[in-house]
Parts: sequence; structure tokens; C-alpha cells
Amino acid sequence: MTTTSPVEKAGGATATYVDERVGSNKFLSRNLGKVFPDHWSFMLGEIALYSFIVVLLTGVFLTLWFKPSMAEVVYDGSYVPLKGVMMSEAYDSALNISFDVRGGLLLRQMHHWSALIFIAAMAVHMFRVFFTGAFRKPREFNWLIGVGLTTFGLLAGFSGYSLPDDLLSGTGLQIARGIVQAVPVVGTWAAFLLFDGEFPGTEFISRLYGVHILLIPGLILALVTIHLMLVWTQKHTQFPGPGRTNDNVVGYPLLPVYMAKAGGFFFIVFGIIALVGGLVTINPIWIFGPYMPDQVSAGSQPDWYIGFLDGALRVMPNWETIIPGVGWTISWNIFIPALVVPGIIFTVLGLYPFIEAWVTGDKREHNLLDRPRNAPTRTAFGMMAITFYVLLWVGGANDIIAVAFDLSINSIIWFLRFALIIVPPIVFVVTRRTCLSLQRRDREKLLHGYESGRILRLPHGEFIEVHQPLSEKDLAVITAKHDYVPLPAPDKADADGVRNKKYRAQMLRHRLSEFFYGVNVPKPSAAEIEAGQHHAAHDAELEAPLHEYEDDDQIRTFHGGVLHHPGMPETNAEQLEQEHRS
Amino acid sequence: MSDLTPHQGNADDHGKAPAKLGYSPVADIPHKPRATDTDPKAARRAERQVASMFLLSMLFVVLFVVAYVGIDKTTVVYIPVMGEVGASNVALGFTMGMAILLIGTAAIQWAKKLMPDVEVVQQRHDMVSPKKATLEAEANYERGKEESGFARFRLIRRTLIGAMVLFPIPLVVMLRDLWTPTKFTEGESPADLLSTTLWTDGMRIIADGTYQGEDNEVDSGGEIDGEPVPNKDSIAHRPIRPEDLPVGGLIAAIPLDLPEVEHIEHNLNARGKAAIILVRMEPDEIRSQQGDGWDVEGILAYSKICTHVGCPIALYEQRTHHLLCPCHQSTFDLADSGNVVFGPAARRMPQLPIGVDEEGYLVALSDFQEPVGPSFWERG
Ligand code: HEM
Ligand code: FES
Repeated sequence: MTTTSPVEKAGGATATYVDERVGSNKFLSRNLGKVFPDHWSFMLGEIALYSFIVVLLTGVFLTLWFKPSMAEVVYDGSYVPLKGVMMSEAYDSALNISFDVRGGLLLRQMHHWSALIFIAAMAVHMFRVFFTGAFRKPREFNWLIGVGLTTFGLLAGFSGYSLPDDLLSGTGLQIARGIVQAVPVVGTWAAFLLFDGEFPGTEFISRLYGVHILLIPGLILALVTIHLMLVWTQKHTQFPGPGRTNDNVVGYPLLPVYMAKAGGFFFIVFGIIALVGGLVTINPIWIFGPYMPDQVSAGSQPDWYIGFLDGALRVMPNWETIIPGVGWTISWNIFIPALVVPGIIFTVLGLYPFIEAWVTGDKREHNLLDRPRNAPTRTAFGMMAITFYVLLWVGGANDIIAVAFDLSINSIIWFLRFALIIVPPIVFVVTRRTCLSLQRRDREKLLHGYESGRILRLPHGEFIEVHQPLSEKDLAVITAKHDYVPLPAPDKADADGVRNKKYRAQMLRHRLSEFFYGVNVPKPSAAEIEAGQHHAAHDAELEAPLHEYEDDDQIRTFHGGVLHHPGMPETNAEQLEQEHRS
Repeated sequence: MSDLTPHQGNADDHGKAPAKLGYSPVADIPHKPRATDTDPKAARRAERQVASMFLLSMLFVVLFVVAYVGIDKTTVVYIPVMGEVGASNVALGFTMGMAILLIGTAAIQWAKKLMPDVEVVQQRHDMVSPKKATLEAEANYERGKEESGFARFRLIRRTLIGAMVLFPIPLVVMLRDLWTPTKFTEGESPADLLSTTLWTDGMRIIADGTYQGEDNEVDSGGEIDGEPVPNKDSIAHRPIRPEDLPVGGLIAAIPLDLPEVEHIEHNLNARGKAAIILVRMEPDEIRSQQGDGWDVEGILAYSKICTHVGCPIALYEQRTHHLLCPCHQSTFDLADSGNVVFGPAARRMPQLPIGVDEEGYLVALSDFQEPVGPSFWERG
């Protein structure tokens, strides 16, 4: 130990004091040096976490002034256009926060922006995890938790958006109520219970308030905690690279580098949210006016994350069935897009790791990430799902698109109805092919090295393109690919002629497995790679003398060829010869 | 430096970490020393950069407080690109944002320039517990099962399960009173309530002049005699004569009793069901309506609440007599019984039968003949 300042001494004493009571040094000894791999895409989850912290912080501030009440009051604040207007206390207090509390608007806008960023970051983080196969064993639970977090994030956002009781938020609630009412059998009662009677009632905002500030944030906080504890114990996955294996973690230790980077990044996210909250208006509730159940503003749009639901509602044909005799109504047109479609999306999302593990029969632990191209079927499936989602989202903006591009809303809707069925499979096929051609390119690189783009003429007149050996990093990344084989087809009966009872299930699994792993460009054998890289190294050697002139402005690569200054040796072979002679 | 530091601070050592910390060096990871590793001047410069960012951050906190105290909350400034904005909000957001952001950039600069940038390796271990632990856990479980007698006492086991299933029931039962009828809704079922509105025979129709936001061009006030209905006050709650509504015009309207009912009941529920629009077309343009003679000289009254999921509707296209819902674009043909011509709504727009009273004002002839607003299970 070198010099210790008084502060450090005090710190050490504190650490001892705490350790004697909770045994914390055991944890610290193991974890202060914990290694975290580095990659830009690993910051997505961090953004989600940090923006959530900002949401919590700003939300607590908002509760100091916000009044979740639908009691009618007359506005008398400093926003002149609304003076004297009757409105709910909720809207009145939200206006008060926006205009009469210094920094209040900043807090409101920071809260809203961080909510938007929180949900967006979760979504993109989920894409990263999906496309790299980070959800595979042992991380399936964390995937499930992530799906839960996304769901609660949407609910948190929607419930918050509905609190200020402006015209837009009330319209959103009206739609939500219509959806609840459309649930077969129990819908009407459910809606009455939720709203304490008819719409809009007087209770809903205060009920929603508890859900928004306590229930959902509490659940999210609990899930986030488990999520992070699992990341901690399971250690972060890493991308393939030199020195990186399935059994190690290569990166920076928690103290000091990771701590400084992650901690610094928290302040960056926080700071950017504060800047955006100060500089960019979001949800200007004063423009919309107070909620009235018989008023609406044209072109009203929900927050971005609700857009896909809105789009699903818009695209759905107007099917409804009335059961004759009893007169019960099944509103397919509402509960399919609003409840069944999201239900399916989130169920498939949650089950995906288990489905893939079953289909592929893969039971190993995976700590090294897949490059998306090396799992073509998964990548294609993900792109297909994203396409479906984006098309629904486009549906949610159909009126805006219609105005912007001067199209008819009807034709957009009809286009989308077909596109939702046709386009995702096309995207699937195209993505899978793209992955395969990328794999093929990787294989070429292993077999022949990089195509340098430089053409070399050999002494006997032959032109060759110079191939360069791969760098150590590229070699490590590309060779990390695994060639999986589909599960074998099951036998109808075993050697003793006993019928295989599980034949059908096994056959299905075999077929799916063939579908999943059936497309692949196999990695060359170690010997082939060696030979290929050796060959490339030889090419490079042939060309090497040319590079002595690299700095000489007489020599330029031009259209992939090498132009020569008159009098200079035409080829490197000539040059070697010349040098030999002199 | 403490001996916890697993690797070198200078560049030429290439991450040979002390083995006792469980790291192994990544000898084969290419590593280029940074300027700050080799050049003490560069390192000094980086140190100064980091420190000045921390300093600036403190400065912005001071500026924040100055802005908080000094800028009046109602001051509006013009800023290019952003337009007219509240000065206080912009100043507070900018200063606070910069103060926080600079801490972040300083920390990252510090990490990138001055902390070691050599990657180190740690081994992973399978998540699965060692065999011994699993066996111990199993043994403990068996012991617990044996000692509790859970397997032996069948009666206890079954009654325990029964009790566990039943005990949450009170919590669920208590949710029943999430809806408690008021004296106005006493004895009525949800389906009854959703199926009736304030409209009765002889109820006058009055213009609705409640507040409209700046943005709602074609909103509830609509037009009378080609003039947009002004915000608030002015003509609020005026009874309407057929002459008030020119051909092609639209008025948003409510029952005469509504303001009073709202006053007594302290909620907007009645409005959410009773709101209507009146449109006028040439009588021969009306191809069909929901009941014989439900119009007055080509004036038709329709519910204003969309039958899809309940948005109020107000976009009316005079020429085609189409009414378009802004929420999901369901389109209803008001010249043809309010039938759905496009969009996700399955139900036509309910029509209100109207007539004229002795004084020449428009009145309802009855309540709606079918429930208004979004569908529900018992609606039929
Ligand atoms: C869990 C993630 C959360 C999300 C996604 C979220 C989202 C939102 C959104 C979008 C709004 C509308 C803001 C506006 O434009 O007016 C809002 C309002 C509000 N939120 Fe949150 N929120 C979250 C957590 C919290 C927490 C933890 C609290 C407090 C402890 C809180 C308190 C409030 C309050 C009081 C309002 C109403 C204030 C107003 O609108 O002026 N929120 N929330
Ligand atoms: S509410 Fe009118 S179309 Fe959906």
C-alpha cells in the first residue's frame, strides 16, 4: 500500500465497519475486478436502465404538484387562453406544473421524454439480444423478464399519458374503455368496474394514478433488479474475437474502467434527457384543451409505442357476430386487433428461446454471441416479426401518410391488409438469403483471404487479384461460427421392431430442425483455412515490393489496378529481377 | 496504486495481469498504446480536459440557479428553429442538462484517455451447481418432507391446499364494489345504462358551445350559417330552429337538460352518450334513414360517438355526406341511414328521431332506438 489520504482512511474504516456487520468484503473481493466486455450494442440496455432512473426521479417530483382528481375546477393560472375554462383538477394541476411551477414544464417534459427513450431503448435492446442469440441458455429467464419489462413499460407509458386529462389523454382512455367493453362475456362489467360506472366517470384518474406511480414502477423496479442480478451472476455475453471463448470474459474490470464508463454514461443519458426536455416540446397539453367526451381533435396520435395497436385497430376489417337468440355480440373487429394480436406477439416473443431450444435440441450454455448471419433462420424470423410490427405502425399513422403523400386512406388500409400477410414472408426469404450470401463471403475470406481489389500482373502475363491474409481479429470472428446439423429423422421402430410412440412429435421436431438449420454455408476445415491464408500470404508477398513505392506519388491504385510510371518495373517480378541484377 | 489493479498503467506491458486475481492476459489481442500512454504531455492535457469539464459542470449549476431566480416564468423568447418558447424552461433545461452531461463526458474521457485500455480475461463457470450441492439440497428436501409429515398426513395436505386456494377469495370479492351505483344509476344494469341516454320525447336540442382547443378546426361547435361557432360562452346552449342550419351545415348539439344534469351528477357521463350532430341536406339527397320521417326538412340527427370504440366524430364531408371518425377512420354515410361505408366500425351510427315543437325549435321524438357508442356483449 502506498500513501493513504485521510479520506481513504475514513473510507477504509467504514468498509471495515460495514464488513463486520454484513460481510461485504467477500462480495467486493470477488466483484470489484469483475470483467465486463465492451461493445456499443451493450449500451442499449444501459440506456433503458438510466432513462428508467430518470423517469423515477422526475416522476417523484411531479407527484409533488400533480392532483389526480377529476373534480371540476375553473382554471385561473397564467396560461391566458384557458382562463375561466372548466376542467378537471388533474388537468388544472398539469397546467399549473407547466406554467406556474418554475422548472415544472422541464420536469414534465423530461418525464415524458425519458419514458419514450426508456421504451425505445428496451425495444432496441431486445432486438440486439434476439439477433445475437443472447437469449439462449443460460439466459432464458432474463429474456422472459425483458418481455415482461417491455409489457409493463407500455402500460406505464399509457397510464401516464392518460393522467393529465387533456383532450388527447381522454380520447386514449375512451378507446381503451371501448376495447375493454369489447371483451366477450365479461367486457361490459369489467369496464364498469374499472371506471366505476359509465365513461368517463369521476374515479378513473385517481385509480390510474396508483397504478402509474406505484404498482407498475414497483413491478418494473423489481424485474429490473432481478434482471441485473442475473446479468451479474451469469456474466455478460461477448462477441467472438481474439482470445474470446465460450468459457471466458474479455473486457475491462469493474473498477475503474467499467465503473467510469457506465457511470459516465448514466450522466450522459441523464444530461441529454434534461437538454431535450428543455429544448424540445413534448405533449403540449395546453394546446389540446381539457377532456370532454364529445370532443376530439383531428389527427390525434398516441405515443409511438401504442402506434402498433392503433394501427391494428385501423387495419382490421369490421367483423362482428351477433349470436342469434340471445343477442350476444362478439366484436371481432375490436378484440382481435387490440387483445388477440398483442397477446400473440408477446406470447411468441416470450416463448421464443424455448421454442428454438426445442427445435434445435441445443442444451449447451452460450456465452459467445452469434453473428446474425450465422443464424439465418432466426435472423429471418426476427426481421419478419419486425416487418409485421412496422406495418401495423404504419397503419397507425395512415391518416398522416394519406395527407403527406396525397393518398386515399382506403387504399392505404387495403394495401396494409394484404401487406401484413404477404410482406413478412418475403422479408423472411430475402433475409435468409442475405445471411447465406454473407456466410458465403466469410467462407471465401477464409479460403482465399481478403480481396484487396488490387490486380497484379505476373511475369508470364497472368493477372491475379492480390488476396491478403485476414487479420487475427477477423480470423477469430469468422471462425467462431458453428456449423450445426439438423436433428436426425426418428425411426418408426427400434432395432427390435418396437414401435416408436413418439414418432410424430420427433418427426415434427426433425422437420422444424431441418427448416432451422437446413440452410448453411459450411465453414472450411482447419486445413483448408490454413492453406487459404497461406496462399493469401504468398500473394501478399509477391506484391510486397510494390508497397515500397506506396508513398511515391507515381504509383496509384486506379480501378483496382496498379498504374506504373514509365521506366519503372512493370510487375513486382520484374522489379525483383531488376534488383537482383543491380 | 493499490495491488488490486490487475494490469499495468504503461503501454508496453500488454496486459500481463497478476494471476492471483483470476485474470489471464490476452496476449494475442492487438493493442496500440495511446498518446496518453507514451507522451506525458498528452496525459497532462487529458487530465486538464477532464478537470475543466468538471469545472464547467459546476459553473452550469450556478447558471441554473441564476436562471431559476432571475427569469420570470412567463417570459417568452424567440429562438430560431424552436420558435416562441418559454425562456425559463429553455434556460433551466439547458443549464441543468449541460451540468449533468459534462460530468458524464468527463468521466468517459477520463476512462478512455487515462485509465488502462488493455482488456483482461476472466474465466466463466457453468451456472449449474456442483453435484455435491445438489445432493445436499435433495437430502435436505427429503428430511423436511419426512419431518413435516407432508407425505404421510393426507388430510392435512388436502385441507392445506383447499385453504390456500380459498384464502385469496375475499380479496377478489371486495373488488365488486369498484362500481357502486349512485342514486342516479341505482338498480340499473350496465347494459341498461349503456342503452339509454338523456333524450326523451319533446327534449329540446341545444347547440353545444363548450370549450374547444385551438387545434380542433372542424370540431363540435361546427358552423352555423357558415360562421364557425365561437369558443365558450357566446351561443352556448342556444335552442335551434330548422332555419339556423343551412343545407350542408353541421351543428354539434346536446339535450336541453344536459347542463343541469351535469351540474347535479358532477360527471360527464350523460354527455358521453347524448352528444349528437345535426346535419342538413336536401330532402331528396336522403336515400334512407333509420325510421320514417325521423328528419325535419332534411335535417338529420346522429349520435356523435363512434360505434367502433367511442371517439367523438366531427369530420363531415358535405358533398358525400360522409362522416369520418378521426381515430380509426371509420366512415359513415349519413344520407344512407348512417351505414358504415369503410373502416373498422361494425355498426351504423344511431339516428335520433327529431321533430319541431310548438315554438318552432328542434326536439327529439324519443331516445335513440339502439345503444350509442362502442359495442358491448349484451348489446345484440
Ligand atoms: C415506469 C415508468 C414510467 C413511465 C413510462 C411513465 C410515463 C409517463 C408519461 C408518458 C406521462 C405523461 C406526461 C405528460 O406528458 O404529461 C406520465 C405522467 C406522470 N407520471 Fe409517469 N411514468 C413512469 C413512472 C412514474 C413514476 C415512478 C412516477 C412517480 C412516482 C410517475 C409520476 C407521474 C405523474 C405524477 C404524472 C402526471 C404529471 C403530468 O402529466 O403533469 N411516473 N408518466
Ligand atoms: S373510434 Fe371511430 S373509428 Fe375507431
